[in-house]
Amino acid sequence: MSTWAWVITGWIITVVVVVAYVGLVLQRGRSLSRQVPPEEQRWM
Amino acid sequence: MSIGNGQSAGTPLATQDTRSVTGHPTTGSPATRVLGIIVLLCLPLVLWLSFVATPPDAVQGESVRLLYVHVPSVTVAYVACFVTFVASIMWLWKRSEWWDLVGSSAAEIGSVFTALTLVSGMIWGQITWGTAWEWDPRLTSTLFLFLLLVGYQALRAASPDRSSRSRRSAVIGLLLVPNILIVNRSVQWWRSLHQDATLFRTDLDFRIEGLMLFTWMFTTAVGMVLLVWLLFHRFRVGWLANRVEERQLSEAVAARRAEATP
Repeated sequence: MSTWAWVITGWIITVVVVVAYVGLVLQRGRSLSRQVPPEEQRWM
Repeated sequence: MSIGNGQSAGTPLATQDTRSVTGHPTTGSPATRVLGIIVLLCLPLVLWLSFVATPPDAVQGESVRLLYVHVPSVTVAYVACFVTFVASIMWLWKRSEWWDLVGSSAAEIGSVFTALTLVSGMIWGQITWGTAWEWDPRLTSTLFLFLLLVGYQALRAASPDRSSRSRRSAVIGLLLVPNILIVNRSVQWWRSLHQDATLFRTDLDFRIEGLMLFTWMFTTAVGMVLLVWLLFHRFRVGWLANRVEERQLSEAVAARRAEATP
């Protein structure tokens, strides 16, 4: 692989992992929010 | 608000309605939406600076562009570990749910970014050193940091009781900052393949300047905003999970009592 291919691979892995983790956290939050009364989930 | 160990957790991060503009329940709030928008707006600039505006390095060539993601990753990981360390001390002192959730949230984020640090570093090593992995002091101590964070998560997952879960993970959390000090100093204490410090040098002989330095600082600053955004959301996920756990426990106790009643 060329240097550019390695560099692009590194960036893609990082972006994909961060986006996947962000999506996972948001999805877990949405799923749990439906199981808890609104008065217990009032965020600042 | 009542928590597992019988102490008050206060009203953490709680004053306004959680429902988003679409009406769906979320862990978002006006503050997190502002932080999220800042990160999204900065991303094109991060890519432009990292791939277009900055020149190739005189020694490393184009591979220096990997460092614009490697260094922010490790900085976010270190800060997350430091937050976990402080939260662990505070939990052992105060025994409050708030500090437990801050510590566990930061540890999870720290493990993700430590993994990214290792992967981006291995790719950079493949280009620069011709090998993705060497049992070098810096690499080995970073791997150990990652294993500590994985152990932290595994211990929490394996402990059904909230109090013992918090206590065990807080003890592991205390090991994070000493390990980071070893990671940071390893290139000076032992003969290392990894290069010496670039920015934080005692002789003030910085090895980077101009637009490359700005790009490094800017991508790290965006990473910090992302860390704060993630901490808010992950904290609220943990808070909600505890409420669901309490509700399920109450329902199970009520069901058992109903069965026992003739």
